[in-house]
Amino acid sequence: MSLRDWPIRQKLTAMLVLSSGLVLLLTSAALVGYQYWSFRQTMRSTLSVRGSILATNSTASLAFANDADARELLSALRADPHIVAAALYDRNGRLFATYPGDLPGGALPAAPGPDGYRFQRGNLIGFQPVAEAGGQRLGTLYLASDLAAVDATLRLSGVIAVAVLTVALLAAYLLSRVLQGAISQPVLMLAETARAVSDRRDYSVRAAKLGEDELGVLTDAFNHMLSRIEAQDRALRESKEGLEQRVAERTHELEERNEALRHNAAQLLAANTELDAFAYSVSHDLRAPLRSIDGFSQVLLEDYAAQLDEAGRDSLRRVRAATQRMGTLIDDLLKLARVTRVEMRTEFVDLSVMAREIAAELQRATPDRQVEFAIAQGLEARGDARLLRVALENLLGNSWKYTAKRTKPKIEFGSIEENGGRAFLVRDNGAGFDMRYADKLFGVFQRLHSVSEFEGTGVGLATVRRIITRHGGRIWAEGAVDQGATFYFTL
Amino acid sequence: MTNQQQVEILLVEDNPTDVELTLRAFKARNFANQVFVARDGAEALDFFFGDGSHPLRDIGVVPKVVLLDLKLPKVDGLEVLRRLKADERTRAIPVVILTSSREEPDIAAAYRLGANSYIVKPVDFEAFARAVSEVGLYWLLLNEPPR
Repeated sequence: MSLRDWPIRQKLTAMLVLSSGLVLLLTSAALVGYQYWSFRQTMRSTLSVRGSILATNSTASLAFANDADARELLSALRADPHIVAAALYDRNGRLFATYPGDLPGGALPAAPGPDGYRFQRGNLIGFQPVAEAGGQRLGTLYLASDLAAVDATLRLSGVIAVAVLTVALLAAYLLSRVLQGAISQPVLMLAETARAVSDRRDYSVRAAKLGEDELGVLTDAFNHMLSRIEAQDRALRESKEGLEQRVAERTHELEERNEALRHNAAQLLAANTELDAFAYSVSHDLRAPLRSIDGFSQVLLEDYAAQLDEAGRDSLRRVRAATQRMGTLIDDLLKLARVTRVEMRTEFVDLSVMAREIAAELQRATPDRQVEFAIAQGLEARGDARLLRVALENLLGNSWKYTAKRTKPKIEFGSIEENGGRAFLVRDNGAGFDMRYADKLFGVFQRLHSVSEFEGTGVGLATVRRIITRHGGRIWAEGAVDQGATFYFTL
Repeated sequence: MTNQQQVEILLVEDNPTDVELTLRAFKARNFANQVFVARDGAEALDFFFGDGSHPLRDIGVVPKVVLLDLKLPKVDGLEVLRRLKADERTRAIPVVILTSSREEPDIAAAYRLGANSYIVKPVDFEAFARAVSEVGLYWLLLNEPPR
């Protein structure tokens, strides 16, 4: 575990113990060092005093070369156990007397060194000049003292320092255990609170504030933040509940509407089924008697022609014409009904291609007519191909029919811009119509021309309008009598 | 009106005037005495699958073509067609639907059940007579029936 992962308590304790320990260590080291230094100074000055006294006392022995006297003088050094060696050299530097007497050879310098006292090879050594009162130099005194006293003092100081350090560190540790709580306690409580919030999503808990220091400010800020989060959380939950409530209400509403729609759809289906049955009856049952009327009129004309005069035969022919027209009416009505009932299949339809095909069919059916077609290229729309073909067949078929009496008939299929969208148009230069009756054009069985003028049942444009309406489009017409007609439609 | 050995057309039609007009059209082509008329679907089925009480059943008459109306009393035309095409013994007999209905579901159902042709009766008698006689000509003379 790296230092930054330590718990804050241990960090604080370690900080306090380490810093107080370091201070104590430095203080002790400085004290011990100073003691060591001053003790050595004292030692040197003591030895030099002793040296100069001994030198003064040795002048006579050296002056008279009395070595026994000199040895006697040096042996007084026995009182100081730290003096390990002493010697007197004559003025020529020759060894004159030594202390102690049994000193092994070579333990003393062969010749006196430079005057003065210094620490050398673990000892304090000194060369003291021996001179008469008049200044005449007689020789040199050599003294060597060991440093055991220094070492003993140093050891004692060290032991004291270590003892003080240990006690002090223990005291610092115990003190820090008590004092670090002032900082770590609020931090730990904050951390504990934060953990409770994140673990339980409980925003109602608050950290206890222990003082007015920065940690107190932090605790306040944290608690304030918690209050705001709690308020927002509550608001969020309430709005969520409100939302769920509304969703449930809407769902219920939708279900009710769906139920109503299903009911309507069922009714519509029933109505459609009825309509289907009706159309089937019309198709099958109304045509059968018509066929009988027509058939037996023909039987009369064939088998009883001799018994009938021309007026009778003409009446029978009228009966037949009427029945056949009724047959056509029934067929057209069925087509109109089918347009409403048939299922839409939406796809892309090329109306231009479709229009050209229809024009070709019209031309094939009546090859002796000369009609100019102007069909625009690439007019596409989305819709049911079969229904759109029925619509175009009716519109182009109308134009074909109503231009029959023109010398230069012309039929056009194109498109125009209409309210930002596109409207298709079928235009001809045929019989046209009076705009006053424009609203009657698209009604079932509504005709603006007599059958003798132009054939027709009045169902075609009604069929076209149903197809356009089923595509969500609109159809309208413009025209004038003998000026041609234009039919517009959108899809 | 029929000779037992000569039943070549079975006309299943309930409407007497349509029967009469059809026979009239056949008469013009001299097919009329080879036609047997069933007045409803049950009689048509009896003709093929009856218990033997039908006058023509025993001699194993197989008509060259069946002209079948769709809207019939008792058993309707589509059901008759289904039974004929479902049975091994009658499956090969050509069935021409001759009806007033131009309804797409009827046409689709008829072909799905195996009808060989579907003719909508025109209202115009001349067109009707032409259609019926052409059907007769085609199935009796032009078409080679299964043996």
